[in-house]
Amino acid sequence: MLIKNGFVFDPLNGINGEKMDIAIKDGKIVESVNDRNAKTIDATGLTVMPGAVDIHTHIAGGEVNTGRMIRPEDHIKDVVRKTALTRSGTGYSIPSTFVTGYRYSKMGYTTVMNPSMAPLGAKHTHEELNDIPLLDKASYPLIGDWWFVLEYLQKGDLEGCARHVAWMMETTKGYAIKIVNPGGLESWGFGRNVHTIDDQVPNFGITPREIICGLAKVNKMLNLPHSIHLHTNNLGIPGNYVTTLETMKALESVATNGKPVCHITHLQFSSFAGDSWRNMRSAAEEISKYINNHNHMTFDMGQIIFTDTTTMTADGPFEYTLYQLSGHKWVNSDVETETSGGIIPMRYKRTSAVNATQWSIGLELALLVKDPWKMFMTTDHPNAGPFFKYPKIIAWLTSRKARMATLKKCHKKAQKKSLLPSIKRELSLYELAIVTRAGQAKALGLKDKGHLGVGADADVAIYNINPEQLDIAKKYKTARRAFGNAVYTIKDGKVVVKDGEVVQHVDGKTIWLDVETTEEMKVDEEMKRKFKQYWTVEYENYPVFDHYVKVSDAITVKASV
Amino acid sequence: MQGKLKVIMLTGRTIEQGVAKEYGKSSPEYYEACSMVYMDADEMKKIGVKNGTHVLVTTPNGSVVLRAVKYPRSATPGLIYIPYGPWANAVVSDATTSIGTPSFKGTPAEVEPAPDKPVLSIQALLKKEFGR
Amino acid sequence: MSVINAVTCPICGCLCDDIEVTVVNNEVVKIKNGCAVCEAKYLGYKSEHRIRKPLIRKEGKLVPVSMDEAIHKAGEILANANYPILYGWSSTNCEAQRVGVELAEEVGGVLDNTAVVCHGPSLLGTQEVGIPTSTLGQIRHRADVIMYWGCNPWSAHPRHLERYTSFTEGRFEDSEWMSYVNKVKAAAGRKKLLSAQRREEPKKAHATAAESVVFNKPPETLQKEGRKLIVIDVRKSMSAEMADYFIQVQPNKDYELMQAMRALVRDEELDVDEVAGVPVEYLREVVDLLVNCNFGVIFFGMGLTHSAGKFRNIEVAISLTRDLNMRTKFLIMPMRGHFNVSGANIVFAWQSGYPFGVDFSLGYPRYNPGETTSMDVLLRGESDAALVIASDPGATFPKRAIQSLVKHPLIVIDPHMNATAMLGDVVFPTAFVGIEVEGTAYRMDNVPLPLKKVVEPPEGVLSDEEILKRILKEVRLIKSQKTNQKTEVS
Repeated sequence: MLIKNGFVFDPLNGINGEKMDIAIKDGKIVESVNDRNAKTIDATGLTVMPGAVDIHTHIAGGEVNTGRMIRPEDHIKDVVRKTALTRSGTGYSIPSTFVTGYRYSKMGYTTVMNPSMAPLGAKHTHEELNDIPLLDKASYPLIGDWWFVLEYLQKGDLEGCARHVAWMMETTKGYAIKIVNPGGLESWGFGRNVHTIDDQVPNFGITPREIICGLAKVNKMLNLPHSIHLHTNNLGIPGNYVTTLETMKALESVATNGKPVCHITHLQFSSFAGDSWRNMRSAAEEISKYINNHNHMTFDMGQIIFTDTTTMTADGPFEYTLYQLSGHKWVNSDVETETSGGIIPMRYKRTSAVNATQWSIGLELALLVKDPWKMFMTTDHPNAGPFFKYPKIIAWLTSRKARMATLKKCHKKAQKKSLLPSIKRELSLYELAIVTRAGQAKALGLKDKGHLGVGADADVAIYNINPEQLDIAKKYKTARRAFGNAVYTIKDGKVVVKDGEVVQHVDGKTIWLDVETTEEMKVDEEMKRKFKQYWTVEYENYPVFDHYVKVSDAITVKASV
Repeated sequence: MQGKLKVIMLTGRTIEQGVAKEYGKSSPEYYEACSMVYMDADEMKKIGVKNGTHVLVTTPNGSVVLRAVKYPRSATPGLIYIPYGPWANAVVSDATTSIGTPSFKGTPAEVEPAPDKPVLSIQALLKKEFGR
Repeated sequence: MSVINAVTCPICGCLCDDIEVTVVNNEVVKIKNGCAVCEAKYLGYKSEHRIRKPLIRKEGKLVPVSMDEAIHKAGEILANANYPILYGWSSTNCEAQRVGVELAEEVGGVLDNTAVVCHGPSLLGTQEVGIPTSTLGQIRHRADVIMYWGCNPWSAHPRHLERYTSFTEGRFEDSEWMSYVNKVKAAAGRKKLLSAQRREEPKKAHATAAESVVFNKPPETLQKEGRKLIVIDVRKSMSAEMADYFIQVQPNKDYELMQAMRALVRDEELDVDEVAGVPVEYLREVVDLLVNCNFGVIFFGMGLTHSAGKFRNIEVAISLTRDLNMRTKFLIMPMRGHFNVSGANIVFAWQSGYPFGVDFSLGYPRYNPGETTSMDVLLRGESDAALVIASDPGATFPKRAIQSLVKHPLIVIDPHMNATAMLGDVVFPTAFVGIEVEGTAYRMDNVPLPLKKVVEPPEGVLSDEEILKRILKEVRLIKSQKTNQKTEVS
């Protein structure tokens, strides 16, 4: 295939809007192809970018599905008919699996990361990932409160901890170490929580600081492609930016070679100043100042969209807090030995001073952080908003006009507190390509994603934006429409979406890590012996067997332990 | 003393019904386990039903002949309990109360002695109710 | 001879996965660790009630036919139906359930599973108020108060207490097994004493007579150390006999009892002396125990879903649990019946958005319990064909619903000649999932577990998944032929 004459934005290879051809063969980007035999796509006047990458989106697994089950009112307003090529389904904030794949692909997305997988339910997560078409995907196992991690770190046995984490990564076919409210989830097992990173976790004699730093070190020992992926303590509580700063400071000692050692996800929820809901305000200035002066962290936004959506996280105690605030239907799902979880529907309103301030915080963070390789676009779908509203965020990031128009409709208090009026910055298409694809792929360590260099996977998105004719800062509504309906989405060198319609089915691969450590036999034996004490299932039945992954893309990782 | 007993009817699982269904719905074990009704010992005396003899259970939805058995664990005045199965379903209420689930427990019923009436086999019962 | 470990039992929602199966010459000869029902299945599944060949009803009788003929007939029935029902799904694996969704979507039918006669009300309750719950291991490790409300695990989930609750060893709580054994010994001793007394003095009115009349006693038995077991039911079941405290609630009055308990949890005054047959003073002591425990859990069953109120009972039970969370850690869990009814709800939900009662007749999933649930479709006589798989509505549906079912073509897919198969028009024999076919199932707490194949199925007997795939293919073929014919004609 040959994509001719488009405006190419490929930040990982330094290409900023050059008119050039992209050649594809056997699902990979190649130097060139034979003009006469190749299927040609005329991209004249169109923007060509690598397929988009989403580093954090809740789309598969036990928690997501329980959310689907308890919200029929969320689906009835958004139905999707069966067609000759596509399956039927429903949306809105928690779409069914087929619809998830189609909608992401229509926006030019080709790789998505499901960030919360309870290891005991990993098979379920993979079963659902198999039913998400048109995308490559991966999942992060939740291990920040896993009893084995807590015990080994408490003993000070980092190598032992690392070997067990490697066992867990392979057993669940996971991609990265996910940590949520470390220490808080185990405390929630008896209805308690932690409030500072130096609180002791009951029954385990360890602190969140020790868990976070310990696992950051473990991550390095295991040479995992992504850093640890962290949902901070005290999420969603006014004044929590202090905890966030303390967390980032604690990790400074782990950072040694300038590479990021931690990714803080949905940072908006962790950047509140003030000490109550009444005087809650943005701490984006304090947080972004720190980020601008340090290089050991990456982040994603967790941007609010004003709509009716559903929160779902492994942060059981936080979801309970939301229940206490809203009285809404509340699901709690603690998982033995491992983690926790909660679900609450949530409506974000412009007329709520708190919600509007939250909306502002996400954008302030994205625009005040100078280096776009550090801050990525997400909504922590569906927590801050459904993923198919991403084009709105793109408009807010690239057009001051767009965000001021929305700000004007917000609660007066939030307007006054917002830093947005003083921010003139508008992301260029190049920077947009970083925060929606190149930067995300780089942080994830996915070498063949997020760029269009030779050898990359042939995942390409072509949008109806002519940079020479369209000023996306002025005409943000046009830009929004363009990013919501790719002219072409190409996956593994095949056109899967054309003019916003699915035209071909591909399964997409599930990416996971095959981590090789020493003493694997010993760890296996130990797990076998101890299994019955910890879990109510047999050791033999716990792993995600190969047949659970429809199309497998295992990445071998050689650990230093 | 003879007469009719007014009760509340419950239907549900028993361990015997659970075991027997694994042998097959046409098995003799299933027949034994499901074509019966647990009753309160004193109430059985009141209407003259000896343990193990037959009774006719009637509800607004129909009637069925079952083998009466004394409930062994305690008194259950005003209650009868029929294990899940086609015999129970001959009399169970189909009122789904707009949510799709019938009222398997809590239907008012009448019980009277029927010592000469037979308890139908599953084949005979299906034939009688559904013609197959 | 081979001994296979870690086998997952395919019967109830406990989904015990520690069964040890001994196989000799392709036959299961011994079971270790399983309960009575598990043994009955593994040792008795090969009964003479097994169907060996596909059957079609011709002139009133079911006669054996070839697989192709049966597939074609089934395909025809479904392809030509306007509003077919595809029901059951709870005793097969997720792999088959997935094909089921695709088939229902293809024929524009109503896709429903056995939750509609079981925990459908529980799903409705959670759709109203959510559900604070967990996996079973959390109960094992942490629970010091365990309540069974409207369910009888001894009969329906025999190993529940020994695997997940009172009789297990947890990290933070010990097993109550010894205490129970001692209690039984003491009771047996008392019984011996009383019957000896009766023999001595037959005319005296003895305690046995009084014991057989159950009434609510003061909850002194709850003041013991260790895990406490409370059972609430309308009659004294075997589970109630094992409990530390039994509350006998009047039939159809669980709703009132739970609301009263909610009031007490919130420190409100009750103006009555008794609720649902239970003295308020005892109720107060029980609630006291609940709010002061470390970790409590309510397991509930058909006693709540099937009696008056149905899903409102569940809603209140969940609300009671939510209220208790203001004071301590409290969770609630439905005792799912079939071994993979959870799986059916889960698969339906991830593919369509809805857990049961899914109507595809308009080309997209619709859900409105009471309208799109199979029971109501049947009672209104609106369906014109049905496919029943991995369930037995012939034995579990009320009479009128079955009468409606047999009025129209009925396809049945099952290993046994069960009540529905006896009424069917096209009957397919299939292999037993968890014995002859492997796959995935979901436990009552939504944990996915693999099912093993321990023996080969009989010659010519296929899996549910395979039969469904063939029927789907046939349906598509017939439909495309119909469209071709139409275009040819025009």
